[in-house]
Amino acid sequence: MKILFSKEVEKTTISIMKKNKSATYFGLGVTDPKGIFGTTINLKKKFGQDRVFDVPASENALTGFGLGMSLNGNKPIMVHQRMDFFLLAFDQLINNAAKWKFMFGYQKKMSALIRLIVGKGWGQGPTHSQNFQSLFANIPGIKIVAPSLPSTVKPLLEESYKDDETVLFIEHRWLHNVQENISRKKKFNKNYINNVQFLNKGVDITLVSWSISTIDILKSYNILKENNISFDHIDLVSIKPLNIKKIYSSVKKTGKLIILDNTSHEFCSIGSEIISSLTKIDPKVFSKKPVILTIPDYPTPTSYYLTKSYYKDQKDLFKYVYKLTQKKISYQRKFDEPHDIPDKLFKGPF
Amino acid sequence: MNIKKNDIINYYFTAQKIRNVELKIAKEYQKQKMRCPIHLSVGQEIPASAISNCLNKRDFTISYHRAHAHYLSRGCSLEKMISEIYGKKTGCSKGLGGSMHLIDLKKNFIGSTAIVSSSIPVGVGFAYSLKLKKNKNKICIFIGDASVEEGVFFESLNLAVLKKLPIIFLCENNGYSVYTNLINRQPKKRKIYKMAEGIGIKSYYFDSSDPIKLFKGLKKIIKNKISEPLFVEIKTHRYLEHCGPNIDDHLGYRKYQEINFWNNNDPLIKLEQYLIKNNILSQNSVKTFKDNLDIKINKAFLKAQNDKALTVKEFNKLLNK
Repeated sequence: MKILFSKEVEKTTISIMKKNKSATYFGLGVTDPKGIFGTTINLKKKFGQDRVFDVPASENALTGFGLGMSLNGNKPIMVHQRMDFFLLAFDQLINNAAKWKFMFGYQKKMSALIRLIVGKGWGQGPTHSQNFQSLFANIPGIKIVAPSLPSTVKPLLEESYKDDETVLFIEHRWLHNVQENISRKKKFNKNYINNVQFLNKGVDITLVSWSISTIDILKSYNILKENNISFDHIDLVSIKPLNIKKIYSSVKKTGKLIILDNTSHEFCSIGSEIISSLTKIDPKVFSKKPVILTIPDYPTPTSYYLTKSYYKDQKDLFKYVYKLTQKKISYQRKFDEPHDIPDKLFKGPF
Repeated sequence: MNIKKNDIINYYFTAQKIRNVELKIAKEYQKQKMRCPIHLSVGQEIPASAISNCLNKRDFTISYHRAHAHYLSRGCSLEKMISEIYGKKTGCSKGLGGSMHLIDLKKNFIGSTAIVSSSIPVGVGFAYSLKLKKNKNKICIFIGDASVEEGVFFESLNLAVLKKLPIIFLCENNGYSVYTNLINRQPKKRKIYKMAEGIGIKSYYFDSSDPIKLFKGLKKIIKNKISEPLFVEIKTHRYLEHCGPNIDDHLGYRKYQEINFWNNNDPLIKLEQYLIKNNILSQNSVKTFKDNLDIKINKAFLKAQNDKALTVKEFNKLLNK
C-alpha cells in the first residue's frame, strides 16, 4: 500500500478533528483551494467555518488567540506556510505558550499544535527557507518534532496533539510528495516523543538525521549497502525532548558519528547539542572525530546557481563516510534532476 | 437612570477595599519581604470597581501587570494574592508568578501577564472559545494606555471585531508609560477610544474623576449578554510610582496641575462623600466597614508572612507534573 506524506497529514488532521470535537484548525491559507500544499483540502466543508477558518496576516495575535482558545478547551492546530513568518509570534510562543502553566503554579494548561513548514528550493531565498529549531530548543516548555517518512505522520501528529505542551511540528516542504510503500499490516509506532527510530542497523558508523535529511540519507542506502557500509541510521523525529540515551547506545557501538542536518546552520545546532551531550556522557565515545553536516554559516541565497553547493548532498555524505570508515565508496553519479526542486513534477511558482 | 442602592454600595466597598489593600502593600513593602516588582493601583480603583459591578459573576477577566485592582474587584482571594507577593506556596500561583501573574479560576480570573499587551490575544481567543461553546458569558480584557501602542493590540482588536466576540476591552488611561507621557507616545489630537472606533469597535470614554457619571454610564452600556465587542477607555490617575511603593512626584515628570487636580479630586473620596451625602450609607457604617476591612487585610498579611514557601522537593515534584 502506498501512502503519500501530504495525504497522511490531511487524513490525520481529519481524524483528530473528528475525535476531538473541540479541535480547531486555522492559519493563513488553510481554506485555499490548494490547501497548504495539498495537506488540508476540504476541511472547512467537513467541519464548518467555526472550526476551520482562514485568518488575517496577524501571526502574533493569532498565536495568542489559539492559545487563549485552548484555555477554554478548544485546542487548535495552527499552521504557517513558512516557518519564517512565525518569528512574529515569538512573544506568544515563548512568554505565553512555554510558560503559562509554570507561571500560574501549574494549575492551568495552555497548548497548541503548530505546524511549521520549512521551505527549500525554487529560489525560496533567505527568508522563505529557515528552520529555527535551535532557537525553540533552548526554551523550556516547548516540544519540537519533525516527521520524515509518511509513516511517521499519523502517529506523530496524533501524539503531538494529545500532548499537554505546545508542540512545534516541523514539516519540511519537500516531504509533501514523498510516497512510502507500507504493508497493510504495519503497526505504527505510537510513541515518537522522547524516542528515536532506527531505520537501519549496522556496526561501522552511526548516521543521525531528521526531517528532509532522513530522506536524503535514505536515497543513499543502495550505494552504501553496495559498498559494504554497515550503518545505524537514526531518524530522530523527536528533537526535543531528545533521547540521547538511544543515540549513545549506537555511537558507543560504532564510535563514529555523522549528523546530517540540511535545514540549519552549525553554531548552536541540534547536532552540536547531540555531540556535546554524548561527550558529557562519555568523552571517549568517539573513535573518530564526530561530523556535523549542515548548511554554511550565511543565509540561503536565492539564485539557482548560488544554491547548487549550499545544501549538503550525497557527495558530502560519502566523503565523510569514507573518512570515518576508511571504506571506499564507488557509485554512478546521477545528473538528472535540478537541485532546486523536490521532484520532477515541481514547476514553481512557490 | 436609577442606580440600585446595593450596586453603588458594592461599587464603593470594592474600591475602598482595593485602596486599603494597596496602601497596606505599599507600607509593608519597605520591610523587604515582598521581593518582586509591584505595580500598584492606588488611584486606579474606580475603573475596575465600576466595570466589575456591571459584569456578571461568571464573566471572565484577563489582565496585565497592574492587576491588583482587577483581581480584587472580581472577588478573587485576597489571601492568595498577598501570599503570592510574599512568594509563598499558598500564593495563587504558588510563588512562581509573583504580583504580575495573578490567577483565580474560581472567580474566572484567568490570568494577568507581565509583557505589555501579551494577554490581549489570549483573551480574544478565549472569547472565541466561549462563543464556539455557546457560553453566554463575556470576557473583560484589561489594558493600559501603552497597550494600544503594541502591534498585537491592533491585530487582536481586528480579530475581535471580525469574529464578533463577547469582549469588553477596558482601557485604563493613566497618561503614562513608566515616566513617559502619553503626548510623547501617541499623536496629541488622536483619542485612544477613537482609534479603537476606527478599527471597527463600538467605543466609549469616561473620566474616573466623576465616579458616579462613570458608573451610570457603564450600567447603561454593559448588557448581560453581548454579541459583539466593546471598547471602553477610562481616564484615571495613579498616585504612586509606576512600580514600587512610593510617591515619586518630586521627580517632576508629571505637571504640578495634573498632580494637584487628582490630589484634590480623589475619585474614591468623591464616591464615599456621594454615598454619605445621599444617605445611602451613614458615616458610621462607613467607619465600621473600614475597620472590619483593615482587620481582614491585616489577617491576610499575617497569614502570608507566616506561610511557607515551596520546598525544593515540592518544587521539583511540581516541575515533573
